[in-house]
Amino acid sequence: MYEFKYHRPGTVRQAANLLVKNEDAKLIAGGHTLVPVMKQRLASPPHLVDLSHIEGLDTIEMKGRSLVIGATAKHAEVANSAVVGEAIPALAELAGLIGDPAVRHRGTIGGSLANNDPTADYPAAVLALGATIVTNKRRLKAEEYFQGLFSTALEADEIITKVMFPLPKKAAYIKFRNQASRYALVGVFVAKRPSDVRVAVTGAGSDGVFRVAAFEEALKKRFSHKVLDGIAVSAEGLNSDLHGSAEYRAHLIGVLTRRAVEAANAKD
Amino acid sequence: MAKISMIVNGNPVNANVDPRTLLVQFLRENLRLTGTHVGCDTSQCGACVVHLDGKAVKSCTTLAVMADGHEVKTIEGLAADGAPLHPMQEAFREHHGLQCGFCTPGMIMTAVDLVHRKGHDLSDEVIREELEGNLCRCTGYQNIVASIAAGAKAMAKSDLA
Repeated sequence: MYEFKYHRPGTVRQAANLLVKNEDAKLIAGGHTLVPVMKQRLASPPHLVDLSHIEGLDTIEMKGRSLVIGATAKHAEVANSAVVGEAIPALAELAGLIGDPAVRHRGTIGGSLANNDPTADYPAAVLALGATIVTNKRRLKAEEYFQGLFSTALEADEIITKVMFPLPKKAAYIKFRNQASRYALVGVFVAKRPSDVRVAVTGAGSDGVFRVAAFEEALKKRFSHKVLDGIAVSAEGLNSDLHGSAEYRAHLIGVLTRRAVEAANAKD
Repeated sequence: MAKISMIVNGNPVNANVDPRTLLVQFLRENLRLTGTHVGCDTSQCGACVVHLDGKAVKSCTTLAVMADGHEVKTIEGLAADGAPLHPMQEAFREHHGLQCGFCTPGMIMTAVDLVHRKGHDLSDEVIREELEGNLCRCTGYQNIVASIAAGAKAMAKSDLA
């Protein structure tokens, strides 16, 4: 790991000022994405701004009709939260599938979304549920937030403060894990929302998380896994690597979407 | 350099460290608590698991500065020197839960955390699921699972947490 200067702001405003003042500064919360890449020297930020001591940034609560999760809420906190379990059980289950127990004690939702790893779990939930990413500057819809591989709409001095999830009627997340890394080889989040159905896929796309329009249209007419029969997913634009070919991933998207719809329907 | 202070195994510790020092480095090299191991150094294997404010974390992926002001417990903190072993350690000894022993400190710290979270009556299925972040290359896990099930039960009758 290369040298860096460590900063510990007490408020989001102080953190933002540190980002403005120090070019190429990086935010750190749980460190479970950033520390590994710094150790490999794939990242060498000259300044680290630690968000983990900012009070109130990890609150989980219902606000009106939305579930609001603070940026530094850890995966284990989301997985075990009674509020999340009541409001969007599929989201609690997703958080409980990230990494392993020790990783879930450190990793945060804000960190996962800011990094936008193409195989991370949270992006699928955020896109399928139509969540809003709230930053120190503005509110970003999920559709405008994700901008491809490790890329988001966040500006250099912008900090995610919370994520607002509207409540779906039904939802489920099914993940096919890479056995070694525990990241999603393919993960599918299906959400039946009041006005539409969304199917978001992580792990498979070479450009990060994406939606499957053909599945969404069919499921909007009737929310049953049977309507997906005969609709194929193209392998074009999907990842191909030693873990699986693009064709294999395309096949998995179909299988996992069916399972997710079944799981969502079984929750009634 | 950054000034840090924390409680390690019940004792206050103050130090001046380079901010890039990992918690595991700080424990092993500064405090000479070498029971915590570095296996893969990529947060996969779990040999470096310690408790941070009572929760199992991978100390190879945690900066020492981020533990500043917090409480750390390592394998050395489970039972005092010369005193009887912690029930989870005793269970690993009794049930042959180790061969080379390299993964054992992490296995035991993970197991103790598991008991704190899920209680004393643990099914094999739950134990195997919870061990997904700890790798052992000797035992095939059979005896580790048996050790943890027995250690969890023994912890119910022990004063050691």
